Amino acid sequence: MSAYIGPGINPQIGLSEEQAQLIDVAAAFCRDKSPIDKVRALLDDATGYDASVWQEIVELGWTGIAIPEDFGGIGLSMAEIVPLVEYMGRALMRTPYVASVIAAQALLKGGTDAQKETLLPQIAGGKIAVLANCEDHADWNMENIACTATAKGDALVLGGMKYLVPHAAEADYLLVSVAHDGAPALVIIEAAQLDAAHLTREKIIDDTHRTYKLSLDGLEVSKDALMDVSLAAETLAHIELTGSLLLAADMCGGAYACIDYTLDYLKTRKQFGKLIGSYQSLKHTIVDAHQAYERARSHLYSAAFLFGQQGEGELAVRMAKAEAGEAMSFAADRAIQFHGGFGFTYDCDAQLYRRRAIMGCALHGDARYHRRKLADLMF
Amino acid sequence: MADFDQKDLDAFTAEAESWFKDNTPREVDFMLPLTFMEVGTDEQFNFLRDWQNKVYEAGYLGAHWPKEYGGGGLHKAFQDAATRIMSKERTPIMLNAIGLNWTGPLLLDRGSEDEKQKYIKGILSAEEIWCQGFSEPDNGSDLGNAQTRAVRDGDDYVINGSKIWTTQGNYADYMILLARTNPDAENKYKGLSFFLAPMKADGIETVPIKKLTGEYGFTQTFFTDARISADCLMGAEGEGWLIAMQTLEYERGARSGQAGGHVMMMSDPGDIVRLAREAKLNGKPAIEDEAVREELVELMTEARALGLASRRGNLAPLTQDRPMSLALGSKLSSTDFYQRLNAFAITLQGTRAAYYVGDDSAHDNGIWQRGYLNSFSATIGGGTSQIQRNIIGEHVLGLPKG
Repeated sequence: MSAYIGPGINPQIGLSEEQAQLIDVAAAFCRDKSPIDKVRALLDDATGYDASVWQEIVELGWTGIAIPEDFGGIGLSMAEIVPLVEYMGRALMRTPYVASVIAAQALLKGGTDAQKETLLPQIAGGKIAVLANCEDHADWNMENIACTATAKGDALVLGGMKYLVPHAAEADYLLVSVAHDGAPALVIIEAAQLDAAHLTREKIIDDTHRTYKLSLDGLEVSKDALMDVSLAAETLAHIELTGSLLLAADMCGGAYACIDYTLDYLKTRKQFGKLIGSYQSLKHTIVDAHQAYERARSHLYSAAFLFGQQGEGELAVRMAKAEAGEAMSFAADRAIQFHGGFGFTYDCDAQLYRRRAIMGCALHGDARYHRRKLADLMF
Repeated sequence: MADFDQKDLDAFTAEAESWFKDNTPREVDFMLPLTFMEVGTDEQFNFLRDWQNKVYEAGYLGAHWPKEYGGGGLHKAFQDAATRIMSKERTPIMLNAIGLNWTGPLLLDRGSEDEKQKYIKGILSAEEIWCQGFSEPDNGSDLGNAQTRAVRDGDDYVINGSKIWTTQGNYADYMILLARTNPDAENKYKGLSFFLAPMKADGIETVPIKKLTGEYGFTQTFFTDARISADCLMGAEGEGWLIAMQTLEYERGARSGQAGGHVMMMSDPGDIVRLAREAKLNGKPAIEDEAVREELVELMTEARALGLASRRGNLAPLTQDRPMSLALGSKLSSTDFYQRLNAFAITLQGTRAAYYVGDDSAHDNGIWQRGYLNSFSATIGGGTSQIQRNIIGEHVLGLPKG
């Protein structure tokens, strides 16, 4: 026990046996399935992911981990998903996994019974569901919604445009946030309803990711596609925390891998006759990056442990997202710099981490956003 | 996994809780040192010595150290429980820090039977105060270059030289002393030896050092032909560096075995939120300022991470990548954090930031100003934060030495 006495808060962290096992399984799987040459080969791929790896993830049951057994899942919790996403982040792996978990959580929280019964087993079985919530206003507030769903007889007429919709071209279902009767709501669109005109691939900073603009104009869905309106606000809040937790995990993993990548260079590159890692300006800075990563990881597993708890859970998730975003951003920023001329090239992996960190911060709130929320929660 | 009965631990914990509730001194009419490095007056020293002795006699210090040497002979979980209660109750610090945290575990791990019999109980009871003689005026971070000489003369060693930053040097009965026995050794490290040296010997003089706060707590220690028995040598000649490095591992939290209790009382991060509500910036409570709020959240986030890290250290799957990382990183992260916390607190006070301990106009009687100045003892002592970054870089991240 440390001789320094800690703060007056009583933070909580713990690890389930399943989590501990999944750390080992995920580490091996991601290392094996997503080596860096594979990641690079996928940078130019239309979907950005390897469908056979996605299929393996489905067969491993990972898509159903946090889905109750009644709905075809395994019945564990978000805590068990965190290590998987963390190790995917370490390997810069991309699949529709994160998007699918967020959609499943949205359905669990705010779907109608019929929707849960129909869709959750499909998602557990590998059908791809994604969330469409971002809009042109670029606001992280999930309840700021310009897209509309207007009743017309037994149908709903949709209108407006969604942005940054992940994997939309491969998605089987899209959960779309809309304003309905002046209040936030979510509707489910089936991919079959979309044609090429509805989806436009976006040029985004993270080449390991794929997003689309989704035009809702001219789309009609049945009223049955509306998720439970009375739970919409709660569902959107749950989506924000779920997304934040998963991105925190992804970026925590990214921070680790990026530091590791940079360390390799610092231990092999020589200048002025010495390994550059022996110079304190680089050594001390990478230590600071490492310390920030360790802080972020402590917060991540606390957030995983407390996820879903009223108050404490939200606090822990927001701290984890803020810390992970900053840790990976700093590590990757310095990674580019420390690789010198090579760092300025596309061939250097540092840019992959830096770009992925920017993407990770752009979605579900950056550090400042979460700290403002935390300030209101705490003071 | 535990080789003790949970019921016994629960009972011990309940007893300890009520004991500390009843016995923790609440009203003291002088300033209690927040760390073992701030003991500057006899009044403070005597008070803390009595307190440590009382805690020890009650069975809440060294509860897990072997019974035959004066410990309680219980499982470590018992002492951990008592330590947690002391932290929670914010009891006064344990005085004999260098004995409890460094010398004691060192002796238990590698001391001779005689040394354990002779020293352990006095460490726990605070009857024998220990200080540390590692740093020298010309050799601080470069400890391996220590020049204080120890020359064997019959059954004695004769010591000449000077040590600095000797915490509680003027009160200490013993010093763990790093001295050069062989100036011609094949390298500077192999010429060093480690002594358990009495302080009350002819030729040993301590001169108090006035700290940047204007208070006392450290001495410089001068050795002028001081004779100590050859029995004071720990291990063999030439093993001094090895033993000193092991000692630093206890100090830096990289090795366990400490007697328990806290020797540094950090300000409660919650106090800074209270300060931010009370202090006025531009006519409004500081806590209403957006920039203040964001920085406050950052500090509270960091504070939480410190607490989480010590718990995460017990979850093996979450430490397997770099097993020494959390232990070797804790000194750097906690001491830097408390420094920034105190510095930030000063910036919340407007013109009041100018006041210091002792002035009626000072906020919280100037504890933040004083705490900030004192915080450097922790970011410099025990290996500066810059040395800590070298250690983490080299021993955790595997980077080459400079």
